[in-house]
Amino acid sequence: MSFLKLEGLNVRVGSLPILRDVSLQVESGEVRALVGESGAGKSMIGKAILGTLPDAIAVTGGRIYLDGDDLMTLAAKDRRRLIGSKAALIPQDPLTALNPARRVGPQISNRLVDILGWRRQDAEKRVIELLHEVHIPAPERVMRAYPHELSGGMRQRILIASAFAAEPRLIVADEPTTALDVTVQKQILRLIRDMQRRHGTALLFVTHDLGVVSKLCQSMTVLYGGKVLEDTTVDQFFRGPAHAYSAALLAATPKYTDPDSSLMPVPEAVIRAVEAEIADHDQRRL
Amino acid sequence: MAVPLFEIRDLRLSFPDLAHKPLFGAAPRVEVLKGLSFDIQRGDVIGIVGGSGSGKSTLGRAMVRLLDVDAGQIRFDGTDITHLEEDSLRPLRKRIQMIFQDPMSSLNPRHRVGTIIAGPLQLHGFDQIRERVDFALSQVGLPLAFRSRYPHELSGGQRQRVGIARAIATEPDFILADEVVSGLDVSSQAQVLNLLERLVSDMGLTLAFISHDLSVIRRLCQTTLVLHHGEIVEHSATDQLFGNPQAQYTRELLDAIPLPELSPGWLD
Repeated sequence: MSFLKLEGLNVRVGSLPILRDVSLQVESGEVRALVGESGAGKSMIGKAILGTLPDAIAVTGGRIYLDGDDLMTLAAKDRRRLIGSKAALIPQDPLTALNPARRVGPQISNRLVDILGWRRQDAEKRVIELLHEVHIPAPERVMRAYPHELSGGMRQRILIASAFAAEPRLIVADEPTTALDVTVQKQILRLIRDMQRRHGTALLFVTHDLGVVSKLCQSMTVLYGGKVLEDTTVDQFFRGPAHAYSAALLAATPKYTDPDSSLMPVPEAVIRAVEAEIADHDQRRL
Repeated sequence: MAVPLFEIRDLRLSFPDLAHKPLFGAAPRVEVLKGLSFDIQRGDVIGIVGGSGSGKSTLGRAMVRLLDVDAGQIRFDGTDITHLEEDSLRPLRKRIQMIFQDPMSSLNPRHRVGTIIAGPLQLHGFDQIRERVDFALSQVGLPLAFRSRYPHELSGGQRQRVGIARAIATEPDFILADEVVSGLDVSSQAQVLNLLERLVSDMGLTLAFISHDLSVIRRLCQTTLVLHHGEIVEHSATDQLFGNPQAQYTRELLDAIPLPELSPGWLD
């Protein structure tokens, strides 16, 4: 069985559907992209898996299997423990994800101490190893630094180290390079890929950037309005997307080597058709 | 040859580095612009590109006199505006407009779209304001009914169109656009770029387009200026810049862009 499996996941805020019967699978060690524009629900899938949906947003149907366990049938406490030991998050904005008033070292080691019950010395030793692994120079000094003393790229390296700290088998990365300069982005993507390979971690990579998808991922799920439009391999997608909306999204993506046939506006007819597809889907579920 | 619309000479600007201010005495200064010189010809669309901290936004703000410079000269249409008093600057202001990155924070959330677009028209004493607002709305492809909408009722792309409508309402000669498509989804990004392209040719605008995204610049701009640590490392025709980049930093920027296509080994 796949390491992560979503079956007909429905998520709503009030009566408004945010995810519509989302099904997808991530195998052990696989790198899968969740792609879509804002409002597509890609971040919500990550939050649903990690159990971090905002209070007003509820899972109203479907199943989430993590390593074979059905998360929906577990008691809240058991569910949190299971997710905490098997999955982790690399967030988008490293500045808000780190506590500005605390040194970065303890922010990582506390996870190991509090969640996994490590001894403090072991946890600190592990953190230094990890900071080495994400190519942070002088880890002992950086552990004592406050987040504002570090650059955006350094902060993101620290969060990557933190995500891998407890050897999770799945990492959800939510637009982890969107806030970075393009040159730093390439370094961080390479780091994520190297870490993922070395540790054999499955990666669910949430992004709006098809360029990044083509460089990092093996498989991908294209979403619009909380619905899966296409579930395919990266190879196949870039040889020719199956869904008209996916094709339009690809044509809208900037590509400086091809200025005349990139950055094309998504035709209104395509948007109307995909909206109709969603309305039809909702109708059939009533 | 005609006088360039903008002539920038040896522009220098620094900010106090308050993180390193001693208890007594002045804070040390961080040099953000280190002596920049370039011209912008009338009708040109110039892209200003660089990483974060390269000084691209600071340069833009200095050009339109939102920031005061330490040294150097800014000439607009032949007039030295470097140290012009606000009173004397006022008549020029309506010829120089700006579009900002985040329309949500640059549009007053308590004003309707009509009032927002009318703002600069009233400030500069234009007549026939209602007609001008309607004209600006139609230019950016928004229905006239949007006059009575509030910014929060609009999508990101529509909000950015309102920002553009406000900028073109005074029929300026020059528009500074600072990362105006960065916050938009790719589908609306393309639409807003097409709109800017059309407006530039229809209205004979000169546009300075600040962006961190070289792909977007390639699409829109005739010339490109690459900034790195407050210095110009390359200033050339856009086609030439992409075809045969001269500066090491430009090549690094181009190499780091993940193009949406299969290219195994790109990350190795």
